[in-house]
Amino acid sequence: MIKRSFVGLTTPSFEYSVKDSSISGPQKVAPSKTVRLIIESPFSRSVALKAGNEVKTGQRLCIGNACAVSGVTGKIASVERYVNQAGKACTAVVIEVAASEQIDDAFANACRSNPRKAAQEFLANAPGNPPMSLFDEGKGLDTVVICGADSDLDIVTQQQVLEQSTDAVQKGIAAIKKITGISNIVAVAPQSLMQKAGSIGASAKVVSNAYPAANPYWIMKDIIGKVVPAGKSWEDLGVCIMSAEAAASIGRAFDEGKAPAEKIITVVKKNGGKLLVSARIGTLFSDVFAAAGISVSGGDRIIVGGPMTGYAAYAEDQAVEAGTDAIMVQGASDITPVSDYPCINCGECARICPAKIQVNMLVRFCEAAKYQDAADLYDLHCCIECGLCSYVCVSRMPIFQYIKLAKHELARMNTAEATND
Amino acid sequence: MTNQKKFIVSHAPFWHDGSCISARSYHTMLAALPALLFGIFQYGMPAVGVVTFSIGCAMLWEVILNFAMKRSVSIGDGNAAVIGLLLAMLLPATAPWWFVVVGTFLAIVVGKMIYGGIGGNSFNPVVVAVAILGISWSNILDFNEAYINYDFSFAMLYPLATLKAYGVSAVSGFNAGDLLMGKQIGGIGATFGLGLIIGGIYLIIRGIIRWEIAVSFLVGVFVTAMLFNMADSSKYAGAGFHLLTGYTLIGAFFLASEDSSSPVNFVPMILYGLFAGLMTVLIRNIGAYIDGVIYALLVANLLSPVLDKIRPKVIGKVA
Ligand code: SF4
Ligand code: SF4
Repeated sequence: MIKRSFVGLTTPSFEYSVKDSSISGPQKVAPSKTVRLIIESPFSRSVALKAGNEVKTGQRLCIGNACAVSGVTGKIASVERYVNQAGKACTAVVIEVAASEQIDDAFANACRSNPRKAAQEFLANAPGNPPMSLFDEGKGLDTVVICGADSDLDIVTQQQVLEQSTDAVQKGIAAIKKITGISNIVAVAPQSLMQKAGSIGASAKVVSNAYPAANPYWIMKDIIGKVVPAGKSWEDLGVCIMSAEAAASIGRAFDEGKAPAEKIITVVKKNGGKLLVSARIGTLFSDVFAAAGISVSGGDRIIVGGPMTGYAAYAEDQAVEAGTDAIMVQGASDITPVSDYPCINCGECARICPAKIQVNMLVRFCEAAKYQDAADLYDLHCCIECGLCSYVCVSRMPIFQYIKLAKHELARMNTAEATND
Repeated sequence: MTNQKKFIVSHAPFWHDGSCISARSYHTMLAALPALLFGIFQYGMPAVGVVTFSIGCAMLWEVILNFAMKRSVSIGDGNAAVIGLLLAMLLPATAPWWFVVVGTFLAIVVGKMIYGGIGGNSFNPVVVAVAILGISWSNILDFNEAYINYDFSFAMLYPLATLKAYGVSAVSGFNAGDLLMGKQIGGIGATFGLGLIIGGIYLIIRGIIRWEIAVSFLVGVFVTAMLFNMADSSKYAGAGFHLLTGYTLIGAFFLASEDSSSPVNFVPMILYGLFAGLMTVLIRNIGAYIDGVIYALLVANLLSPVLDKIRPKVIGKVA
């Protein structure tokens, strides 16, 4: 954890981790007994999805339009309601892993008839979360950014993929070009991986090591040269941003004719030591911890994703998902609790905010639940969600949480209005 | 599910730089120490009495208000102690006990707690208290009168009062070196210029006060005083005199820079400081009061939120 330096006059700089030889792995982690897959659709009973059904590796498990692709062969043990970290009602499918693996050939078949449709159906939950908008012809995308830099601190997952699976990334880029017809592919990577980034059939661009340079909004601003206007996304500007791992998944899928399921994860121990693991999607955190030699106890914090933008898991039996780039464990003594103090107007947040938002004012409106004013007067929608304001807040206010809540509430109000009309 | 481990679940970010309000308070007190110790050395036990009593009273008022407002006790953040300390530093060592009680009441209750406590006040609590005290009991804050029974090796005259009453020629005896080294009478912690500057530089380096405010305030005082002096040097004292007397230095480093009542954006901070500096000298030179720092800061505090509307263009803002 980067602490405030003695000289507090200069704003602290936060640098991304650079992958070096001190980080071992990837170590393979096998699910010990069960895996847990998440389908992003509310629970409903169905014949296809019930306890006792056999599941093959690569098989689609669907509720309505939402699907998960099983990364293992086994038998469904249970199907449960599950609320994900964003508060969305989902369904969790627990599968008992069988001893021998059988590959479902549905993807291979689908590929032969219509690769674009096959990708849409089978790759949404592939490691790295390939964005499905890529295969949506109506989106009008003209540029694809492949990001070989990790967007949060302390993670080396995407660097690992670009460095060690260069071939798969290259094949992925070729497949993307072929399927979508988009020829403008930009590979973004830290300086140390520029050679790799230049060798995969994309124009290579270096991303700075200073957080939050690898944040998608900042990639848009600094590398693509288009500032994303408030409330819009990069896709509205015709740019699809995806991780190197997502590209590698696409490459592997079309190369091998099966949906990939091995996720690369940076595991950060309580003492800050890092290692890389490779685990099937759905592998429980407890299995990852056992393999990495981490013992967790009550009062610790399990962080999924990076220290700035990740989320905290509430149980060890939560599972690796397609976007789980890192799992970090923080010891109870390393946790700085947030406080219920008000803002003292020290201005640290406003000075560090990369978007130049006047956060000290924004947080007042958010705290008072004046969300519309927060958006209209103090630029709520310009926030790029980097978390730096909370990091430096002298009052230790959960500023970032207020901001996310405000955005969430506004979005909810807008949908409610839309449905009323 | 009963034997499940309970993990800490909270929102990102999961790291914090470790800064906190209490550390800021303690560093502020540390920075005040050189000037304070000098004052205690100068005025002896009465000064110790005023300082300790003031800190104690300020904390007590805060606790009383915490209970009255049914809030959690907040003196642990050190802010009340800082307010008590700074108030004492502005008072003469001879201030009577009831004066300190009233002063701390004004600072903590009227200046801070009725706005909801720390961060809510739009005026600097210490400045509010001294302003009201000065209007109500100007004789107690009259340093010439206060130190009538003291005798030091230097002129026992409050420089700014002398200037106001007898003009520039009367203060020609004060030289900058003596003023800097505290050879003047005044508030307990307000006379030792060098100590205040050292403390101020410490606070700036640690990032606890915003240098833009302190520096622009001093520039504002300096330039305005210089212009007056250039216009008529027989009527108006020089810039150096204004910088080193009264509450100028303690104002720059400890009062103007109070977080809640000052702006946070760059241009507003500069304007705020310059404005307060300008007002200070205007009041001293053509106003009715002896020292202008307190009233200048009150007006500047008032303007702070308006000034803070001048802010950089947000990236991604749709015009
Ligand atoms: S999270 Fe905070 S610091 Fe980052 S862009 Fe948003 S408001 Fe600014
Ligand atoms: S860092 Fe925290 S206390 Fe300081 S101005 Fe921002 S919100 Fe207020």
